[in-house]
Amino acid sequence: MKTSVVLSGVGGQGVITAANILGKAAVNAKVNVYASEVHGMAQRGGSVYCTVRMGDVSGPLVASGTADALISTEPVEALRYIQFVNKKTKVVTDINPVVPFTVAVGDDTYPALKEVYKEIESRAILYKVDALHIAKQAGGAITKNIVMLGTLAATGVLPFDPNILLETILETVPSKFKEINKKAFNGGMQALKDR
Amino acid sequence: MEIIDEKPGKTILLLGNEAITRGAIEAGVDIATTYPGTPSSEIADTFSAIAKYLKRQDRKSPFYFEYSTNEKVSLEVAAAASFCNLRSLTCMKHVGLNVASDAFMTYLYVGCKGGHIIVSADDPSCHSSQNEQDNRYFALFGSAPMLEPTTPEEAKEMTRLGFDLSEELRLPVLLRTTTRLNHARGPIKLTKPKKPKGKGFFEKDPNLVTVPAVARQQHPELLKKMEKAAQISDKSPFNEIIQHGKKNKMGIVTSGVSYNYVKEAVKDLGLDVTILKLGMTHPLPPTMCKKFIEDCETIVVVEELEPFLENQFKALAYDMKSSVNILGKSTGHFSRLYEYNPDIVTNALAKIFEKKNPLEQPAPAKLSLPRRPPALCPGCPHRATYYAVKKVAPETTIYPTDIGCYTLGKEPPLQMADLLLCMGSNAGTACGLSVSTDQKIISFMGDSTFFHSGIPPIVNAAHHNDDVVITVLDNRTTAMTGHQPHPGTEIDGMGNPAKRIVVEDVVKGCGIEHVEVVNPNVIRKTSEAFKRALDFKGPSVVVSKAPCILLENRDKRRAGKKIHTFMVDQEKCEKCDICISEFGCPAFYHDEEDKVQINETLCNGCGNCVQVCPAHAIKVRKEDA
Repeated sequence: MKTSVVLSGVGGQGVITAANILGKAAVNAKVNVYASEVHGMAQRGGSVYCTVRMGDVSGPLVASGTADALISTEPVEALRYIQFVNKKTKVVTDINPVVPFTVAVGDDTYPALKEVYKEIESRAILYKVDALHIAKQAGGAITKNIVMLGTLAATGVLPFDPNILLETILETVPSKFKEINKKAFNGGMQALKDR
Repeated sequence: MEIIDEKPGKTILLLGNEAITRGAIEAGVDIATTYPGTPSSEIADTFSAIAKYLKRQDRKSPFYFEYSTNEKVSLEVAAAASFCNLRSLTCMKHVGLNVASDAFMTYLYVGCKGGHIIVSADDPSCHSSQNEQDNRYFALFGSAPMLEPTTPEEAKEMTRLGFDLSEELRLPVLLRTTTRLNHARGPIKLTKPKKPKGKGFFEKDPNLVTVPAVARQQHPELLKKMEKAAQISDKSPFNEIIQHGKKNKMGIVTSGVSYNYVKEAVKDLGLDVTILKLGMTHPLPPTMCKKFIEDCETIVVVEELEPFLENQFKALAYDMKSSVNILGKSTGHFSRLYEYNPDIVTNALAKIFEKKNPLEQPAPAKLSLPRRPPALCPGCPHRATYYAVKKVAPETTIYPTDIGCYTLGKEPPLQMADLLLCMGSNAGTACGLSVSTDQKIISFMGDSTFFHSGIPPIVNAAHHNDDVVITVLDNRTTAMTGHQPHPGTEIDGMGNPAKRIVVEDVVKGCGIEHVEVVNPNVIRKTSEAFKRALDFKGPSVVVSKAPCILLENRDKRRAGKKIHTFMVDQEKCEKCDICISEFGCPAFYHDEEDKVQINETLCNGCGNCVQVCPAHAIKVRKEDA
C-alpha cells in the first residue's frame, strides 16, 4: 500500500512547510514516509513542488502518473505538474492566480483559467477551492497552505486519520497562531466536503 | 528542539541534511565547519540553530561550530581539530570541494587523527549550481575512503559510524551526497549521543610538515591505508547483496539515491535479479565485487552522472578475464546527464529485462504555460543597483557576475550578467577583460563572495592598475543559501558577537584608490557614483550597501513595525511601462484592462519604484498610509 502526494505552488506560498507538516503527521501516525523538497535558487518566487510518499515506499520521488493527490496553491502550478496524475488522481487547486513576471514583461501569456481547469479535468478529478478567501476568513492569507492541507485531508487519500494531520499542524505552529490554523484547516476540509 | 532534545529510541522526521548533523552529534563531534552552499547548507544551519538554541537556554553547546570564510579555510580549521585528536565535520557543496581541494589532496597524505567527515553535497541536474560535477572522483583522485547514503536514515548512520572508520584508517572520510538525499525527509531513529572531548592536545610530529621528503614517504603510507580500507569495505555493513525473486545470473550494481529507484522498479517490473547495493563506494569491496562478477552473466550499473562504478567494474572484469556483459552508460542504457528518477530507471530496466513498463507515460500539459523562473525579490536592493548602473554605463559595457542572488539579474529586463565561472570569478575575469578589450567593465559580487574569494582578484586589479569597476553588493548576509552570517556581520554562527570586517576598509587596504560607498536605494546618487567610478582611470570599487529586503522586513515585523506597500495612481499613470520593462520589479503586472498594478501581497515596500516612475504615479497604498 503506497500513497503519493504532490504539493505545488509558487515560492513563498508555504508549499515546503505544508509538505514538512504532512511528513511529520505520517511519522506521528506511525506510517513510513519519504518527502522531497526544493531549496536554494528555486525558491526565489519560482515554481515549487514537493512530494510526500507514504506506506510501502523506498524513496521520495513520485513516478509519472502515480500521484494519488496533487494539491496546488496556484492554478497554473497545478497544470505544470500534471504528468504526475492519472484519471483517479484528486487534484485540488486554489483559484487565485499569481501572474509570473514573464507575463508582465510580455514574453509569456497566462492562459484563461477555464482552459487550465478544462485540461486538468480531462486528465484527473478536479476540485477548485478559493483557499485564499478561506485563509483570510480564518485570520490571515499566510494560512493558505494549511487550508490546502485541510482539502487534502478531505480527499480521503491519506493513509491515516485526518485528525492526526490537524494535531501535527497545531503542535508545529506557535501557540498564538493555533486557533487561526485550526480554522484554516477545518475551512479547507469543509470546502471540499461541500462540493 | 526535537533534534537535540528528543529521547534516544524515538523516531523523528528529519531532512537528509539534518540527519547528517544528528549523526555527527551522536558520534560526539567536537568541531563542525562550513561555507554555505545549496544543497549542503542545512547541515551547517542545523549546527548553528542548535548552538543558538542552547545559548538562549543557557546550556553549553557540545560542539564548536563556524561558518568559515570559504571551503578551503573550513577544511583547514576542521583538519587542525582532527590533528588535536578531536572529531570534526566539514560540509560543503560539490564545487566547494574544488576550492578546498588544495588542502584536501595533501591532507590525505598526512592523514587525520580524530575522526573527520568531509561532506560533499553534489547537485545532479544543477538545481542550484553552475555545474553537475561528480565528486566521487575526488575520492579516487585523492585516495579517500567514501560513503554514499541512500536515505536520510542511512546518512545519519554513515555519519555516526564514519567517524570510527576515519579513526581506524586515520584518513578523513568523504560522505558523498546528492540533492535528492540532502533535501529528502525521512524517519530517523535516534541513538544516544556520545560525549565530545571538548579540548584536544596537539602532539608535534615531523610527518605533519609536508616538505617533499615527507610527502614522498607519506604517499606509500596512503596507498597502504587504502589497501586496509579495501578489506574494511569487503566487511562493511553498508555494502550488501539483495536478492529479488529467483537467482538467474542477472545483476544490478547501484549506490546512493539510485538504489531507491532500482528497489521500486524491480518490484514493479517483477524482476528476478541480484542487487549489489554499495554504500562504501571507495575503495570498492574487492572480494565482494569479484564474486558478484563471477556469479553474473549480465550486470546493469545504475548510477547518476559519471560511469564511476561502471568503469571500475569493467576494469575488474578485464583483470579477471571475465566475459560478463556490463550494461550502463557506455552501452547507451543510461545517461551521464542529470539526476535520475523512478521513470528513467524503470524505463531503462524494463527495456533491458524485456518487460512491459507498468507505469503510464502521461504527457506534460498541452496548454502553453507561462514560465516562472526564480527572480530577484520585489524590493531587492540589487535591482536598484543594476538599474542605477544601466542609467550611466555605455551600451557595450561588460558585466562579469558571481555566485549569489544577484546572478538572477541575468534575466530580462535588467540583463546585468555577462560572464560567470565560479565563486570570485567576477573580478578575476574583469581584470582579464580590461587587458583584452577597450570596452568598459563593471563587475558584481556579493559581500559573502567578497570574503570567500573576491579579495585576491581585487589585489590583482590594484597591482596591475586594471581599468575596471568592481562592485560589492553588500546586503550584510549570505542571502541565497538562507541568510547565513559572514565576516561582515556582527554575530557568528553560534550566535556570539563577532568582529565585523568592513568591506571598504579591506578594499582600501588592497591598494584600491577610488572607493565609493553608496546606498542603492537612492538611485540617482548611486548612478552618479558609478559615473565617477567609470570616469576614473584605473581600478575602482563601489560598495553598494543596503540590507537584504527579506531580512529588513523580518526585523521590522519582529519590532512590530508596519511595512507600507505601494500602489499605482491610475489617474496619473501614463503607461510608459518603465516600472516593468526597465526596472523589472515582479510585484508589477498588467490587469485585465491592461492597467499597471502592484500586487500587494508581493510588494515588499522598498518604494524604489517611486524614484523610477516619471509620472509620479506611485504612492503608498491607502490603507497603509
